[in-house]
Amino acid sequence: MAFIGRGLNRPSSRDTAPGPRFVVFAILSIVCMYYDQRDSWISALRYYLQGAAYPIQRLVASPQVLWHWGSELVETREALRADNAALKRRERELSITALRFAALEHENAQLRALGQAMPPLVTRTQVAEVVSVQLNPLKQRLLLNKGARDGAYTGQTVLDARGLLGQLVRVGPWSAEVILITDPEHAVPVQVVRNGLRSIAVGAGNSGELLLPYLPVNSDVKPGDLLVTSGLGGIFPAGYPVAVVTGIKRDPVLLLAQVRARPLATLERDREVMLVWFDPKHSAAPAAAAQSDTLPQVTLGAPVDPASAEGSPDAEDAP
Amino acid sequence: MSLAAPRESRLLVYVTALVALMLTLLPLPSWLGLIRPPLLVLVILYWSTMTPRAGGIFIGFLGGLILDVLQGNQLGQHALALSFVTYLAVRLHLLTRAKPMFEQSFFALGALLLHEAVLWAIDGWSGHPINSFTRWLPALTGAALWPVVVGLLGRTHSPR
Repeated sequence: MAFIGRGLNRPSSRDTAPGPRFVVFAILSIVCMYYDQRDSWISALRYYLQGAAYPIQRLVASPQVLWHWGSELVETREALRADNAALKRRERELSITALRFAALEHENAQLRALGQAMPPLVTRTQVAEVVSVQLNPLKQRLLLNKGARDGAYTGQTVLDARGLLGQLVRVGPWSAEVILITDPEHAVPVQVVRNGLRSIAVGAGNSGELLLPYLPVNSDVKPGDLLVTSGLGGIFPAGYPVAVVTGIKRDPVLLLAQVRARPLATLERDREVMLVWFDPKHSAAPAAAAQSDTLPQVTLGAPVDPASAEGSPDAEDAP
Repeated sequence: MSLAAPRESRLLVYVTALVALMLTLLPLPSWLGLIRPPLLVLVILYWSTMTPRAGGIFIGFLGGLILDVLQGNQLGQHALALSFVTYLAVRLHLLTRAKPMFEQSFFALGALLLHEAVLWAIDGWSGHPINSFTRWLPALTGAALWPVVVGLLGRTHSPR
């Protein structure tokens, strides 16, 4: 576009002809926006731009990375030992909890009249490092150092050790962007564990809060209720912890209760998160809508075909 | 009005814009991120006002596009907003740069608010309306920072 105004080489500042230039760039921007909304060829362009931008993002994150690396280096022996002891204690607690897990899973399968244990829900996990964090009221995003080259896909579930973190929105070759569950544009279908009440948890734009704006005034929710993913919506699998209800305001004038919840995942402190791949045959898995273009042929409420469970190798291992 | 040699000053423009871009992406605590001044816009405004031939609309467009990719915005959103305010800055540079610093800050405030208004409008049209008043705060801090930007960038090139 530099050809406009190049011929006029007078040492005056008027020769830049800003008007026509602006029109050209404005049209270019609008074309970009138009096609970006419609998810077409521009997503391919964006994929490569994201790859090209990754070095800049790494560079920006480098002081922090250096700081963490340095502070790990000078960590004292006592601190490490205490850390180790805490981890061992936690590992012991977890393994005791897990002892009953296999039996419960089997019992659950029997209750569902499947006769056999389900295949494992999670087929693959991948730890990803957080490169940069964007936490403001308008946007709650993370940038991860794993991308399409590692098999990450748009809509993939991201967890941390305590609960649901978010999903991937944009995947580049070597990096991927996570939209956190607290992003004001994000909503996650949830279920109250205590009574199975379903609702939708919307991000409030700050990393310590979720809102449940669609519950009737008289609905049965209490502070301390655990919210897990309900599996509706086709993005997140069912049963992952999301948040704990912290407060409810019931105004008799309004039809809906104002329910607040605190996310379980430590959204702002995470330095490593987990990308998860699911077995699409599992009944708790998302309906693979994010991974395929066609909707799956599933009738709602129908039991899972036991034949699909037979194929898995550990179907016989269950106690 | 003698301008700096275009090639040399153009390099300077790109380098300072890159630094501003990196500062824009720098992770900050959330309360500070709330009022993070839009440094990239300020730097591009500065160059478009002081050396409109080295700055100009192209760098506004390019900087906006890179920002869109880096922040995961709609592609072209910041590009449009930044080319718009750069256009205004280039158009009005004779008017604004002769003004005392205090008045310049007001021009900067106007430009930053317009920039944010364009983003806001595009957010609304594309179906992601964000109407929180906090989105206008960076324009205020940005305008307050204008004298600092002028002071810092003024040292990088010979006086006009």
